[in-house]
Amino acid sequence: MNKDDTNQVEEEELEDEQPHAFWSGIVAFGLVSLPVSLFPAHSGKLALKMVDANGNLLKREFYCEHDNRALERDDIVRSYEIEKYHYVVVEDEELEALEPKRSREIDLKRFVPLSAINPVYFERAYYLVPDGDTTKAYRLLAKSMEDEQRAGIATFVMHGKDYLVAIIAAGGILRAETLRFHDELRTPDQVGLPARQPADKKMVERMRAAIRKATHKQFDSELLSDQQAVTLKKRIEAKLKSGTDVLKAPEEAEPAEAASNVIDLMQVLKERLQGRSPQTTDHQPAKPGRSPSKGKSHAASKPHTRKGA
Amino acid sequence: MAIRAMWKGVIHFETIRVPVKLYGAVEDRNVHFRLLHRQDLEPVHQHLINPETDEVVPRENTARAYITESGDRVLLNASELEVLEPEPSRDIEILGFLPLHVIDHRWYNRPYYLGPDEDSAEFFALAEAMEGMQVEGLARWVMRNKSHVGALQLYQGYPMLMSLHHTEEVIPVESLAAPEGPPLDKRELGMARQLIEMLDAEFQPQEFHDEFRERVLEMLAAKAKGKKVRKHVPLAHERSMDISQALAASIEQVRKHA
Repeated sequence: MNKDDTNQVEEEELEDEQPHAFWSGIVAFGLVSLPVSLFPAHSGKLALKMVDANGNLLKREFYCEHDNRALERDDIVRSYEIEKYHYVVVEDEELEALEPKRSREIDLKRFVPLSAINPVYFERAYYLVPDGDTTKAYRLLAKSMEDEQRAGIATFVMHGKDYLVAIIAAGGILRAETLRFHDELRTPDQVGLPARQPADKKMVERMRAAIRKATHKQFDSELLSDQQAVTLKKRIEAKLKSGTDVLKAPEEAEPAEAASNVIDLMQVLKERLQGRSPQTTDHQPAKPGRSPSKGKSHAASKPHTRKGA
Repeated sequence: MAIRAMWKGVIHFETIRVPVKLYGAVEDRNVHFRLLHRQDLEPVHQHLINPETDEVVPRENTARAYITESGDRVLLNASELEVLEPEPSRDIEILGFLPLHVIDHRWYNRPYYLGPDEDSAEFFALAEAMEGMQVEGLARWVMRNKSHVGALQLYQGYPMLMSLHHTEEVIPVESLAAPEGPPLDKRELGMARQLIEMLDAEFQPQEFHDEFRERVLEMLAAKAKGKKVRKHVPLAHERSMDISQALAASIEQVRKHA
């Protein structure tokens, strides 16, 4: 890509700013099927919106430099650079035709020791909540997996993309951890790291002594606190309290879900784990093969976003 | 074959200092599409507009806003946000070492390889020292204007920094209550455990492939050669509902195939 042209759009920039994408489907355990929904186990970072100097919310717009005209969704097409300067145009339908629609399910055909999955494979974590009118199959699978200390391994399809996933049970709750595919991880050789060399014995002993001295038994998760986010939050709260730089919501209120930064993921998880049905529009499962576009005030003007295949 | 280092830093704990280079351990293999204007196949650009007036707003004239639940906007200008950015530093500060697995997969984010910088003696001494000690370090560093937390661990004999999620991002499992219901049937639980044991396997990640990505790349290559694009036909199958029957039938099925 031409470095000077920072304005060119690669599709990544269109990706959902919200980590609240999810999926609904079936976990298959032998012939037992278990309807579930996936919710992210991580809430996103504190999100800020772009505004102008007067505090008006801004919207991204696509345009063509040639005629300097705003472009609608239908004016835009995807392309792929198959060789340098050789672009192949791809229509949505062509990609959709390749989507393996069968896999609205996570079929657990193998169970591996939890400790056998190296940390480098873990990509993104989700909680599984039971759908439907009974939690029995969910509880049964969670309990037996926990007893056996095994993780179920499967592939499945979410938003038109293949995922490798480990289903893990802890405290009666099932999680889905998407795993990186093997070929996404570089080997030390591919990175170009030098071959291991024998180390100086004295230096090794000195380091071991230092490690021993610095070893704690307990993990204090407070050490992983994001000071920058904490300070930012304090600043926002102070401004809200004093009323400085605060613009009140417009009278003809936009739908709250379109504007707010706040989605109480924890509350939704608590309710759904107890089998309470999904609330109104806010937390409905995405349609098969589509990225959810909730929480975006200008979803309609954006092309259908698709994570890189 | 070798890739370029993305950052340089110095690991330090107690009196130890180890200069290292940082390399991405994850290769982005996603298929990236470029958006084009359908009419003239020119790359699409984007700018910010005020949706009320359709006026284009240049980046330098923008500010940020936090939006509360009730829709109020709290304005934050660029200089306010800049003050919050961490001081640039080359330090990879080790806050302490912990027994392996105390920091579990709930925290993992993204792995980075470490390689020696300048003198490699300290680097290989660190690798050897960590080997067999069954510990990992808890690290903090500032890279590209962001503060990171991570675990210093060994991977394939090389020190690796596994970046971790910040506490504020993780929804702790302890804060959630597991689904409730009548006690589970002992016999069913036994069958479920038996089925898990029968499906016991080794973790062999090289057996799995991103088949959708492979099909997309195949389709693109075919299109580039002007071939007709093949359609993929999905399959479907049914499943039964009664758990006891389903478990018994599953065990029978696995046994037959064994």
